[in-house]
Amino acid sequence: MTLGDVTSEPPVATRSSTAPPPPAAPSAAAASSTLADRLRPILILVGVVAIWQGYVWASGITPFILPGPDRVALTLWSSADVIASNALVTIAEVLAGLALGTALGALTAIQLVAAPALGRMVMPVLVFSQAIPFFALAPLLVIWLGFGMASKIAMATLIIYFPVTAALHDGLNRTDPGLIDLARVMGASPARILWHLRLPAALPAFGTGLRLATVYAPVGAVIGEWVGGAQGGLGYLMLLANGRSKIDLMFACLVVLAVFTVLLYALIDRVAKRLDAIAAGER
Amino acid sequence: MRLATAPGLAIRGRLVFPDGSSSAPLDLPVPGGRWTALLGPSGVGKSTLLRLTAGLPAGGSLDGAITADDGQPVDGRVAWMGQTDQLAPWLDVIGNVTLGARLRGARPDRDRARAMIARVGLAGRERATPRELSGGQRQRVALARTLMEARPIVLLDEPFSALDARTRAEMQELAHEVLAGATVLMVTHEPGEAARLGDAVYLMAETGLAAMAVPAGAPVRDLADTAVLEAQAALWHALRRPTEAPGPRRAAGQGAPA
Repeated sequence: MTLGDVTSEPPVATRSSTAPPPPAAPSAAAASSTLADRLRPILILVGVVAIWQGYVWASGITPFILPGPDRVALTLWSSADVIASNALVTIAEVLAGLALGTALGALTAIQLVAAPALGRMVMPVLVFSQAIPFFALAPLLVIWLGFGMASKIAMATLIIYFPVTAALHDGLNRTDPGLIDLARVMGASPARILWHLRLPAALPAFGTGLRLATVYAPVGAVIGEWVGGAQGGLGYLMLLANGRSKIDLMFACLVVLAVFTVLLYALIDRVAKRLDAIAAGER
Repeated sequence: MRLATAPGLAIRGRLVFPDGSSSAPLDLPVPGGRWTALLGPSGVGKSTLLRLTAGLPAGGSLDGAITADDGQPVDGRVAWMGQTDQLAPWLDVIGNVTLGARLRGARPDRDRARAMIARVGLAGRERATPRELSGGQRQRVALARTLMEARPIVLLDEPFSALDARTRAEMQELAHEVLAGATVLMVTHEPGEAARLGDAVYLMAETGLAAMAVPAGAPVRDLADTAVLEAQAALWHALRRPTEAPGPRRAAGQGAPA
């Protein structure tokens, strides 16, 4: 037999533009199901707000205990200036903490895999460190770093450092062992195996760490503001509002924080999905 | 490139397993430029032997030596093909074929890579990623990657076992064609594969290593050939009951013919 004969086997999956389009019926069904998937969270949100508003109306509860969504919306509008300026502080802290914590976590994971002996020593310490309630460290961070943004960024960094380290460390160690064998026979150094094989293979795990970090970072920043004597930020504004029984302002801050976190998560999720696709060779 | 200069190997010694047990003394001659098939049931240590030859961490060590008959070290002259294609999913075909160069910090020779890809019948698919290829095509890329390494000794660890029968037959023929001149040691658990491809066939069992009768004619042999079928059946019987193997020369331990 010749080489010509053996090239004709069909590929398992073809994603080229010459592939015939999938049948119409299943794709239409898929589109409608994704539409339902997209609508579901919105419907749930509308439902929660409706129940909340209904309860406030029906019970006649005082706005100083539980303001209705209508009052919160009004406060969002009337206090937009002060909320926005404080939100910017928190957003800056979250983004800085996210960047710093991700970078430090990634560097740690790479270092621990590059020096496995060090990894075996350090990883248990890192796991043990998770027993420390980081929120209790906030006053200490203020003493070390001051009342400004630095101590809040440090808190966000601390909170996301371990999830990123653990996720990437795991991913780097889960590279296909057959691929590592092959690289060894090819005469690759451990550093080049790390760079050319372990890191690309660990991109999805890194994405998982990023997703976790995105959820934790705002929590870290806001708690840092609560505990750390902040002079700005949504956490600071919430404390202030709470002290003055402006519960509607507190809720408005919460709404802004939640919306920001969800938007940030959606963005990071796209990045993580892109990392998954790169590692899987999808284009 | 390699041709007549490919060295033969001599693998001698006992396999020592982590639990302290060891195999019978083994003496496996691997003639230069030929295909040697190492047949045996799972768990008998044939993959361990192959990994040790490749210098890879293995589930055991060799109390003995692996030497090349030209006196040069074996290390650095070996290419490896495993049970799966072991392609990096994030690299396209040409990226996978040139992986070795990049892993050694060398500049990849893309023109040569294209030639190797064409040689395994994948010309035009250089930019495809592994997920866009069939199992057989992926194994072809692995073969092109092995060729790209241009090592005189090629170790195959059940390289076609994950393929369907037709693709496996095609890959056996292609591999035999493009690896001509190299010293090939192939571990397999398939009697048909050994009978089809082996210039020499060894059966590895708990009792040691036995040189088996090889059908007449040069590989790749026709599986429909009566002699090949008989050899396959004999290997199959020997594999099932290694101590009562009919026919073949018994060569357990030191007495293996070179």
